[in-house]
Amino acid sequence: MPRQKEASDSAGDRAGHTGRYAICAHGLTKRYADAEAVCGVDLHVRPGETFGFLGPNGAGKTTTIAMLCALARPTSGRAVVAGADVRTQQQQVRRGVGLLFQQSAVDPDLTLERNLYLHARLYGLPRARSRARSAALLELTGLTERRRHRVRTLSGGLRRRLEIARALLHEPGVLFLDEPTVGLDPHSRAQVWDHLARLRAHRNTTVFVTTHYLDEAEHCDRVAILDRGRVVAEGTPAALKAAIGDDRLRVRTGDDAAAAAALREDLGLRPVTAPEGLTVAVAAGPRQIPRLCAALAARGVAVHAVSLTEPTLDDVFFHHTGRRITPPGAPLGGDGNRP
Amino acid sequence: MTAAVAAPPGALLRELRAVHALVLRDLLRMFGQPLQTVVMLAQPLLFLVLLGGGLAALVPATAVGGDYRTYLFPGVLVMTVQTPALTVGMRLITDRESGYLRETLMAPVRRSSLLYGHCLGGTAVASAQGAVLLAAGSLAGLPFHPLLLLSLLATLALTAFMLTALTAALAIGIRGVESFHTLLSLALMPLLFLSGAFFPLTALPGWLTQLAAVNPLAYAVDVLRRSIEGYVPGTLATTGVRWAGRQPPALLELLVLALMGAGGLAWAARRFGRLE
Repeated sequence: MPRQKEASDSAGDRAGHTGRYAICAHGLTKRYADAEAVCGVDLHVRPGETFGFLGPNGAGKTTTIAMLCALARPTSGRAVVAGADVRTQQQQVRRGVGLLFQQSAVDPDLTLERNLYLHARLYGLPRARSRARSAALLELTGLTERRRHRVRTLSGGLRRRLEIARALLHEPGVLFLDEPTVGLDPHSRAQVWDHLARLRAHRNTTVFVTTHYLDEAEHCDRVAILDRGRVVAEGTPAALKAAIGDDRLRVRTGDDAAAAAALREDLGLRPVTAPEGLTVAVAAGPRQIPRLCAALAARGVAVHAVSLTEPTLDDVFFHHTGRRITPPGAPLGGDGNRP
Repeated sequence: MTAAVAAPPGALLRELRAVHALVLRDLLRMFGQPLQTVVMLAQPLLFLVLLGGGLAALVPATAVGGDYRTYLFPGVLVMTVQTPALTVGMRLITDRESGYLRETLMAPVRRSSLLYGHCLGGTAVASAQGAVLLAAGSLAGLPFHPLLLLSLLATLALTAFMLTALTAALAIGIRGVESFHTLLSLALMPLLFLSGAFFPLTALPGWLTQLAAVNPLAYAVDVLRRSIEGYVPGTLATTGVRWAGRQPPALLELLVLALMGAGGLAWAARRFGRLE
């Protein structure tokens, strides 16, 4: 007992003010021989918070998670996760965190029950406790009836739920989820988020989740946007959207170039040209529409359609990076973009 | 009472639990796939019955020191433990591809413990299959004698451990299952033929006997054969590995096996620790 106290004291000293956070990183950097994958990431995640980590593929999300879970060694910078330093207290970090990988794997030839039991033992839980925890999590994820089935027979959504159950076996205070819904159908995606919400309500677990489905980021208390290894914006989804202008007007005209010039010169706006028309950020959008139409009519530009949308996180990403996070053809944030 | 339950278990206990989990996984997989296990056992049995049966009448007892089937039995035993031992290497590669290995690496224990778990799992499965084949000893003229069976099983376990450790060390650096397959099929044939499993090493030309002297399987086969020697009348185990023209003592041969296993394990642990 005295030894344990000493260990937590020294961890507290080293953590300093970082003790208040479930995840705290300063200048976290990972450099590979040919490229810098993560450059100087700072993060502060409070206990019990659901924190979204957004960015396109290759932005460095997975590498950041690997460093926060003490799987990969940071080239420089430091991080304290679940009260332990990722550089010097790797095993303590791992005991305190649960991790769901992007391509998570369970042994397909073993049953659900056995997969969970083996994983609990791997994490050092005693036999009886391993059995009890496995049963409790099968219950929580609604998989109890399937417990004697081989994992091979599960659908993608159920398998994901089993993997979430596995990540929670050792009761981690911080749960890392790397693209937990990638490759799932919309129904299964919604179910995963339901489970995460329930988990939060029950146990106050800190959840750190990466995704490139921007609509899912709306489930988070706060998000950070990562681009090319750097955090370019951080805040609540509402604050991030408010910061880039209240509304977007999408305008379709007979001559986009002339219309853009008119908006710039006559109204002092900054329109962005895209193949499907012009987009312009304005405050108090509904009142701007008549003004905008009048200005365009004065220049003799035919207006075919004007639509007003509230900004999405994709707009936030575009604002900070000049690129869209969602590849063409993939579902965008919000509901209106899917047929 | 509650405090005692909540207190973290000793570090060693945690490491042991992780090792146990990995061994248990291998055993559960074996019992979960009985068909595959039977097929794995069929191959060495076929060798014993077909090759042994065919050649027993042709090969004179003076050439191999006794009945050919008895001569062949140690080689058949080594073949039996070899397949499951090599499967460990294969599993490391497929686990890495599927992501299961990364999950395992997240466990809050030392990397080396995880590797020991993998190797012990392979050794346990291989020894279990070796034990099944020992029951077929009467086909090769072996008497049912507990001491003989025990000593054979112990040697088989050591051989399985050595093979597992060496394969694991090789497999860690290899990315694809195919390249590993290619490497194995290239290596296995000479290893088996230069082990004295099928014909006396003393019959080989001089430069090949030098090669046989560095073949770990040659030591395994020779130790097994020397254990049998005392129990089956009319057999002589004098055709195995030679050091400068003399047969090394059996204990020394066992030591060679153990050292090769330990060396392989240390090498594998080193490479395993660097995985990211």
